[in-house]
Amino acid sequence: MSGPDGRAGEREATTPSRPAARANSSDAPAPGRTRVTGPRTRASRRLRHPVTREIDEQTGLGEAYMRSLVQAQLRLAVRLCAVLAAVVGGLPVLFALVPELREQRVAGLPLAWVLLGGLVYPWFVACGWWYVRQAERNERDFADLVDNRWADRNRG
Amino acid sequence: MSTAYGLAGIAAVVAATVLIGTLGLRISRTTSDFYVASRTVTPLRNASAIGGEYLSAASFLGAAGLILAFGADMLWLPVGWTGGYLVLLMLVSAPLRRSGAYTLPDFAEARLESMAVRRVTSVLVVLIGWLYMMPQFQSAGLVLRTVTGAPLWAGPVLITVVVAVNVLAGGMRSITLVQAFQYWLKLTGMAVPLVFLLLAWRFDGAPGLDRDTAPRFPERTTVTVGAAVTVKVAEPVTVTATGRVDGRTHDGAAVTLAPGPHEVGRDTALTFPRGAAVPHVEDIPARTDRQWAMPLDGREHSLYATYSLILATFLGTMGLPHVLVRFYTNPDGRAARRTTVMVLSLLGAFYLLPGVYGALGRLYTPELLMTGRTDAVVLTLPGRVLGGAAGDLLGALVTGGAVAAFLSTSSGLTVSVAGVLGQDILRGGVRSFRAATLLALAVPLALSVAARSLAVADVVGLAFAVAASTFCPLLVLGIWWRRLTVAGALAGLVTGGALAGTAVVVTVAGGAPEGLAGALLEQPAAWTVPVAFAVMIGVSLATPRGVPPDVARMMVRLHTPESLNVDRGTWRPKRV
Repeated sequence: MSGPDGRAGEREATTPSRPAARANSSDAPAPGRTRVTGPRTRASRRLRHPVTREIDEQTGLGEAYMRSLVQAQLRLAVRLCAVLAAVVGGLPVLFALVPELREQRVAGLPLAWVLLGGLVYPWFVACGWWYVRQAERNERDFADLVDNRWADRNRG
Repeated sequence: MSTAYGLAGIAAVVAATVLIGTLGLRISRTTSDFYVASRTVTPLRNASAIGGEYLSAASFLGAAGLILAFGADMLWLPVGWTGGYLVLLMLVSAPLRRSGAYTLPDFAEARLESMAVRRVTSVLVVLIGWLYMMPQFQSAGLVLRTVTGAPLWAGPVLITVVVAVNVLAGGMRSITLVQAFQYWLKLTGMAVPLVFLLLAWRFDGAPGLDRDTAPRFPERTTVTVGAAVTVKVAEPVTVTATGRVDGRTHDGAAVTLAPGPHEVGRDTALTFPRGAAVPHVEDIPARTDRQWAMPLDGREHSLYATYSLILATFLGTMGLPHVLVRFYTNPDGRAARRTTVMVLSLLGAFYLLPGVYGALGRLYTPELLMTGRTDAVVLTLPGRVLGGAAGDLLGALVTGGAVAAFLSTSSGLTVSVAGVLGQDILRGGVRSFRAATLLALAVPLALSVAARSLAVADVVGLAFAVAASTFCPLLVLGIWWRRLTVAGALAGLVTGGALAGTAVVVTVAGGAPEGLAGALLEQPAAWTVPVAFAVMIGVSLATPRGVPPDVARMMVRLHTPESLNVDRGTWRPKRV
C-alpha cells in the first residue's frame, strides 16, 4: 500500500463514514455559539481521530485500511508464489518437452542434479529473505499510516 | 557395520535425549509450559528445533533410499520438503502466530467460531499424525535390525518407551531443547561421514554414473535377503545359494538363475561373482546409470507423479500438526517469519546431502536394489566403503543420526497428537495430556507392526498429501479470504480428507493397482488438492450467511503487526 493513496482515501472517507452520534456531538455547535476552526493540520486531526479507533470500531474507513493491508500482503505473497510455481512447475515440463536438457551436463554433473540437488536451496533462502523484507515494509507502511503517535514521532 | 559400535551410537542418542529431556522437568510446571514452552524460545533455537523435528526418518533415510531406487525424479522430494516452508512463510507463518492459537483445531475454532469445524480438524490432526508416525516407527525397526539383527518389532517398542518417558517428563519445553540438539546431531551424522565417503570415492578414481549399463556388483558379493522377495534377473548368472530359491532349498550349491523373475526366500544368502548384473526387486525398474540420472525416466506416469509430489510437499508442509505447533513458540508474527527463513537455510543445508548418498549407494551398495531395502543405504555405506575402525565409528555416527531422526519427529508428533487428544477428547489439563500421550503412541505402534513394510518416504508423502488436501485450503482461505463459511470449511475438509484418505488406505493396505489408476492413488495430491479447494470455495459462496460474525476482528488479529494498539478480540485458546 502506498502512503499518498491511503491518505487521500482517508480524507474522502472520514466524514461520510463517521457514526451519526459522534458527528452530532463534535460537528454541530450549540445554539448561540459560533464555531471557529483553525487550519486543518495533519497532526491535530490525527490526534483527535486515530485510525486505530476506526479499525476498532469497524467503520468503513477502518475496514478500508484493513483491506488495503491484507491486499498488499496477499499481492506480495501471490506474486512470489507465482514465481515459485513458474520455476518449480516449469522444470518438469521443460524436461518433458526438451529431452536434450535431461542429458545436459553442467561441470560434469547432470543439469537436473545441479538444479534440484544444489542451486534450488540457496534460491529458496533468497526468496524467503526477500519476502520477509517486503512483508515487513508493508507492515511498517501500514503502521505509519494508522498509528498517529508512531507516525508523528517518525515524521518529526 | 559392527554391532557394538552401532549399539553404542543408538545408546548415546537415546541417553542424551532422555537426559536433556528430563532436565526440562524442573522448569516445566504449568499447562502452558507443556504445550508451547511458554513462548520463551530464542529464534535460532526455535529454528533448530523446527528443523530437528521436521527432519524425520523419511529425510534421513528415505530420501536417499528413493533416490537410489528411482533416480533424479526423487530429488523433488527434498526440494518439496524445503519449498513447503517457503509457501508456509508467505501464506501462513505470521498470521498463524498472530492468531494466538496453539493448535490447528484452535485456529479453526478461532477463525470460524464453530465447534464442528474444530472437531473435524481435531480428528484430521490425529489421523495425519498417526499416518506420519507409522513409518517413523517402521524405520526404527529397520535401523535396529540393520545394526543388531533384532526383530522388526523391537525398534518401534524402543521408540515408544523413549518418547513416552520424554514427553511425560517435560512436555514441549524439554522437547524444544531436545529437538534443537537433534537437528545439529542429524546434520553432523550425515555430513561428517559424507566427507570421508567422498574422499574414499576420489581415492577410488571417482567413478561416474554415466555408464550405459545397469548396476553390477563391484566385487564378489554375498547378499542376504531379510524378507522374501521376488527379483528380476536380466542376464543368466551362476550364484552360490544358501536358503530357498524358487521354492527349492539349497545349501551352498551353485545355482544358475535364468533371465526372468525368481523368488528368493527369507534369510537366504546368494553369492554373486564380481561384475554380475544386480537383479532388481520387482517394484524397482532396472535401468542404466544414464537413464537413472535423468529426470522423468523413473516410475510410470512420471510427469504426473512429479507434479503431484510437488503439490503435496509444497502445500502439505503447512498442514503438518507438529510443524504448526512450533510457530506458537515465537514471540510475535515478525519473529515467526524470521524463524521460518532460518528454517529454510537449515533445511537447505541438510537436503544437499541425501542425493549424494543415493548416488554413492548406486555405486557401492547396489545389492540394496535386490533386497528392496534401499532405505538402509545411508546406514550401510560407511561400513561398506570405508571399512575398519573408521567405517565402524562413522557407521555409529550415522546410526545415531537416524535414531535422532525418528525420535525427534515421533516426539513432536506425539506432543501434537496428545495435545489435541487431551484438549478435545479428554478433559484437558496435565493429567489428560499424559493419558493422551500413551494413546497417541499406542496406535502407531500397533500400526507399524501390523502394516506391511513400505518405503518410509512414500508413506510420509501420503501424509503430506492428506495435509495438503485438508489443512492447506483451510489455512490459506481462512487467513486470506473473508467469505469462507463454516459449511464451506466443513465440506472442504471432509471431501479432501475422504478422497486423500481413501487413496492412502488403498495404497498402504493393498498396494495400488497398475497403470494410471495406480499413479492417481499413489500420488493423490494433484487431484485431491484442487477438489478440496474448489469444494471449500464453492460451498462457501453458496452459503453466504454462514460467514462468521466476527471475521473483521479476526482479520485485524491475523494481519496487523503487534506494535499497533488495536482491538484484536477476546478469543483465547481453551484451558491453557
